[in-house]
Amino acid sequence: MQLEAVITGKAYRNAAGEQHDVLDKVELSLRSGEVGVLFGPSGCGKSTLLRILSGLDRDYQGHVSRPSQARIGMVFQEPRLLPWRSVEDNIRLAAPGVDEAKLSALFDVLELSAHRSHFPSELSLGLARRVALARALAVEPDFLILDEPLASLDDALAARLRQQIATLIEGRTMLTLLVTHNLDDAVRLGDRLFLLSARPARLLRTHSIDRPRSARSEADIRAIRTDLARLDLPNR
Amino acid sequence: MLRLISVAVLLVTWWIASLLVGGAKLPPPPAVLAAIVTEAKSGALFLNLGATLARVTLSFALAMTLGTAIGYWMGRVRLADRLGDPWLILLLNLPALVVIVLAYIWAGLTEVAAIAAIAINKLPTAVVTLREGTRALDPALDEMATVFAFPRGKAFRHVVLPQLAPYVAAAARSGLALIWKIVLVAELLGRSNGVGFEIGVAFQLFDIPLLLAYSLSFAAVVLVIETALVQPFEVRVSRWRSRAA
Repeated sequence: MQLEAVITGKAYRNAAGEQHDVLDKVELSLRSGEVGVLFGPSGCGKSTLLRILSGLDRDYQGHVSRPSQARIGMVFQEPRLLPWRSVEDNIRLAAPGVDEAKLSALFDVLELSAHRSHFPSELSLGLARRVALARALAVEPDFLILDEPLASLDDALAARLRQQIATLIEGRTMLTLLVTHNLDDAVRLGDRLFLLSARPARLLRTHSIDRPRSARSEADIRAIRTDLARLDLPNR
Repeated sequence: MLRLISVAVLLVTWWIASLLVGGAKLPPPPAVLAAIVTEAKSGALFLNLGATLARVTLSFALAMTLGTAIGYWMGRVRLADRLGDPWLILLLNLPALVVIVLAYIWAGLTEVAAIAAIAINKLPTAVVTLREGTRALDPALDEMATVFAFPRGKAFRHVVLPQLAPYVAAAARSGLALIWKIVLVAELLGRSNGVGFEIGVAFQLFDIPLLLAYSLSFAAVVLVIETALVQPFEVRVSRWRSRAA
């Protein structure tokens, strides 16, 4: 299973009829088992790119190839849970095939077991994110998409969720695509980093990290970050 | 308790007023009660209330089903909205009396004509309410359903319908109020039973106790249905809102 995308442009017209370019030229490819990271400044068009890659947005120039039967699990920037269904129902609705063992295991890893019967309005943002993550993984996805899963959480919470995401990604062979504007998250979680320019986003370069996630020491992470910082991305 | 006191005050006021203007124009409560008992004993009261309720139920069900379907369609499909809008404005502003009279002229003084006329009066408000509800649907949740490949029926039931429920409840509420008012006119003009017909008869005979007997019985039925069916339904569909942390 492989994702190949060649996008040559994406523009939209706002209500006033003005044309805005969101994406420039972006080419990327990702294999099953790899974690790709779309990294770029806030508002550069990462989420738009993600919507194209997930098939939600078909109005663009270029071509995306991804197996048509691929099951997609997606964590949106806001959790997008159904407010009128409990946590467990939210997950079971998206993943009708999930069995009790798998569900319990997911709830265990994400520390959600106590919240099964709660409604989304009773959850904090951090909890709701984890429910969204559980939902995305419960469908046993071939293609996991995470749109800023750690944004607006405090540092401790973000670090714990990052650890949980790493554990869950390790547990299944799939294509994973993560969007973030945080270099630290990108370096800790990604195998291939797609570095994007400011809007309209174009691909500046692809950076592969060969050392497996679990073997990366703090020193490795610092080294990679220094490497990337030297590229002076924001000014290119 | 407060409600009981309020009802008692109403009765006392009524009684005093009847003493002031004279029993011929406004009969005192016992006279009206006697009329209710007479009608109930002969069975006419229940027959007429039943006939009216059956008409209300049928026309309400018809108008709600069609109104929800058309409203949803107009909210989702732009072309349908643009084509249907002039019709909607016409129907919304057409006086109920015109619809009823025309229905009786075209379809004869039949049950079908009566029920259709009542339903047509309620239909446009249901359409407008549900169209607004459909326009307010959250596209973010639609996208979620698309990404997770919800089948159509499932997406409609679990994603769309709960969002529409408050609008359905609002349409049901205002629609029922409208139908209660219109059904009597339709009966008065073209049916030979029902509360509206009896009130017409009482008016022609100047039988004020009979007129009040039917009006009050009808009001009591409306009150019971509103409190026993409509309000619990509204509470049920919005129960997830109240459980906020």
